[in-house]
Amino acid sequence: MSETPKDPLGPGTPDNGDQGQGTTTQGAVPAGKNDAARNGAGRDRDLTSWLPTVVDSIAAVVLALLVGALLIMFSTPRVVESLSYFFSYPWDFFKFSGEAVWDGYRALISGSIGSGTAWTRTLERAAPLICAGLGVSLAFRAGMFNIGAQGQILLGALVGGFIGFHYDLPPGIHLLAALLGALVAGAAWGAIAGILKARTGAHEVITTIMLNYVGRFTMLYFLGKEALQRPDSDNLLSPPVDDSAAFPTIAGVHVGVLLAVVAALFVWWLLERSTLGFEMRAVGANPDAARTAGMSVARVYVSAMALAGMLAGLAATMTVLGRQDSLTDQVAGTVGFDAITVALLGRTTPLGTVLAGLLFGALSAGGLSMQGAAGVPPELTQVLQALIVLFVAAPALVRGIFRLRGQGRKADVMATGW
Amino acid sequence: MKKTARMAMVAGLVALSLTACGERDSDESASEPSSSAPTSEATSEAPSEQFPDHKACIVSDSGGFDDKSFNQTSYAGLTKAAEDYGVQTAEVESNAPSEFGDNINEMVQQGCNTIATVGFLLGDATEAAAKKNKDVDFAIVDFAYEKPLPNVKGLTFNTAEPSFLAGYLAAAKSETGTVGTFGGVNIPTVTIFMNGFYQGVQKYNEDEGADVQVIGWNPETQEGSFTNDFENKTLGQSTAEEMITQGADVIFPVAGPAGLGGLQAAQDNDVKAIWVDTDGCESAAEYCDVLLTSVVKAMDVAVEQAILESAQDTFSNEVYEGTLENEGVGLAPYGPEADIDDELSSKIDELKQQIIDGEITVE
Repeated sequence: MSETPKDPLGPGTPDNGDQGQGTTTQGAVPAGKNDAARNGAGRDRDLTSWLPTVVDSIAAVVLALLVGALLIMFSTPRVVESLSYFFSYPWDFFKFSGEAVWDGYRALISGSIGSGTAWTRTLERAAPLICAGLGVSLAFRAGMFNIGAQGQILLGALVGGFIGFHYDLPPGIHLLAALLGALVAGAAWGAIAGILKARTGAHEVITTIMLNYVGRFTMLYFLGKEALQRPDSDNLLSPPVDDSAAFPTIAGVHVGVLLAVVAALFVWWLLERSTLGFEMRAVGANPDAARTAGMSVARVYVSAMALAGMLAGLAATMTVLGRQDSLTDQVAGTVGFDAITVALLGRTTPLGTVLAGLLFGALSAGGLSMQGAAGVPPELTQVLQALIVLFVAAPALVRGIFRLRGQGRKADVMATGW
Repeated sequence: MKKTARMAMVAGLVALSLTACGERDSDESASEPSSSAPTSEATSEAPSEQFPDHKACIVSDSGGFDDKSFNQTSYAGLTKAAEDYGVQTAEVESNAPSEFGDNINEMVQQGCNTIATVGFLLGDATEAAAKKNKDVDFAIVDFAYEKPLPNVKGLTFNTAEPSFLAGYLAAAKSETGTVGTFGGVNIPTVTIFMNGFYQGVQKYNEDEGADVQVIGWNPETQEGSFTNDFENKTLGQSTAEEMITQGADVIFPVAGPAGLGGLQAAQDNDVKAIWVDTDGCESAAEYCDVLLTSVVKAMDVAVEQAILESAQDTFSNEVYEGTLENEGVGLAPYGPEADIDDELSSKIDELKQQIIDGEITVE
């Protein structure tokens, strides 16, 4: 897809290529993944070079699930009790741990993909993560670490939500207005960081983190105003958006989820097929070279951050217009920060981000069933997510444990001796 | 492989030395799921009615059940109901507002008969779930509907009343003539404490001809000091430090876990403080020496009561309001170093009686 021979973005060092992988004729998903893998591995010096390979990612997930199983075992009172007489009745320990782990992971699976409701939950939780994650990925490819998705989501939610419940417009137009409002607000918020970087060189990590605070307090400030509160209430809670501004639902899932897929396609097209995307990747790989080649680095920074913010604004509509959540200071949850994880786990490619977003959505939805049905502590699903990221970030550790061969990213066999 | 075998051997030896003398209690107790097992000690005092077929559940807001504040206290009501009445339990913690609806539905799917939801943020989701599941009883902490559905009970607390007493106490104990209060976020469930506190101080000024000032809250404009964050202890600490610099020698933080920073500041500067929601000498024992008292909001009692009513089929949608009279709110025992003399103590009791009798109204 992207690693065309004439791509000048960086010399792939020979020992760093993903050798031995099928190049063209695999199924759609693995082909995309491998492509993504080579894409990251081939460019030695750009930001994506430290991202792990697909095999590493899968190994990290497996390893996290194994550690999670241990945690489930030792957070089950029955199992811990049976340890005290382990040598009299060792079978109890194995039976109880087996049951605890089986119940827990069965609930995880059935709660995430086991039924129609489960799929709805997974998709609706994945959608905002995917959108915001795409924003982080896009900025990342242009050489910027966008920590500001949280603030961009809040601003998108504020404007989109306000249009959604305050104005009385005909259906369709109302939805469109609220959607546009959220996109524009998110884009504007993101563009601030881009302009600051382009004009003054201020580092985007610092400015976006600070803009998160500004976004949060902007939200709190406006929630204190009568116009955003419910009538006869002083709680910092807005009404939900009108039905005319809400996404319609198809088969129980709001159509915002489809928009997330469209957004992923758009980002892929933008990065791989458009001139602007080419410039973004060039700037991301080497801003000096891009400038020498006649590209406007400032324009790329601003437009990349604006687009990233717009995607975060789209993420905001998933909850505010999709699930008709009321505006509160917590309306964004932790989506903006989870999005960074999703983007990095997805190797900052559109397809990878979608898959990682689905994984996190499924973990979140399945985690609910783990709590409700299997009584697994709620912290555990968050620990699972954290473990996955930890192992992804430490590929040497994962390779060591699974005895994967080769530091040179040639490893694609995980069969030998463990 | 040799290394692995050696490690396994060491692990085995450790396990052996740790557990060699263990014995299995009995087959029954070991195989019984712990969540539904009524403990035998609980029934020793007064054998209460048992409802092993009743399932009571709880959904937190995004603070989680370990917030040392209202989620945790409400959750204590559920565990207490399990101990006292042998009900089964289940719980779900929410991470974000968009999960509220799903989480309540999950509890419905798990066959819960009573579902307690914690906090006004869950108001809409609770009502929506109650509409769809008419045979499930819902109790929502800190919220009351204008037109409640027949199966939803609001659990509210008039914390202004005990805060009034706390304000009087603070004013009486202040040597500098300045007391300070700050909140988490400017919402009614927080500011009701601050309003009551302010009025208590004014009452002291009237009675004793004193001029004790309250900083951090202005009841006319309904504006004051807020950390705008319930989690960040450092913010609470710096807010309180600032008040102490301005001369306050009694601090009344109404900010959940962030308020713990206020207690820290009081401890560092050798001034007094009053805790909220739970008895600080139990929930934050390390700060017990700075506490005059705590304004207790007995959400655990209210939740347990609602579960019992639901199990007994006496559940109604009438809003519960915790007051000094029904002991749904109150003052905790004075702190060990509060140094409250008998005169002041009896004055507080007198005021409490006057509030119960309606001679003093706290708004």
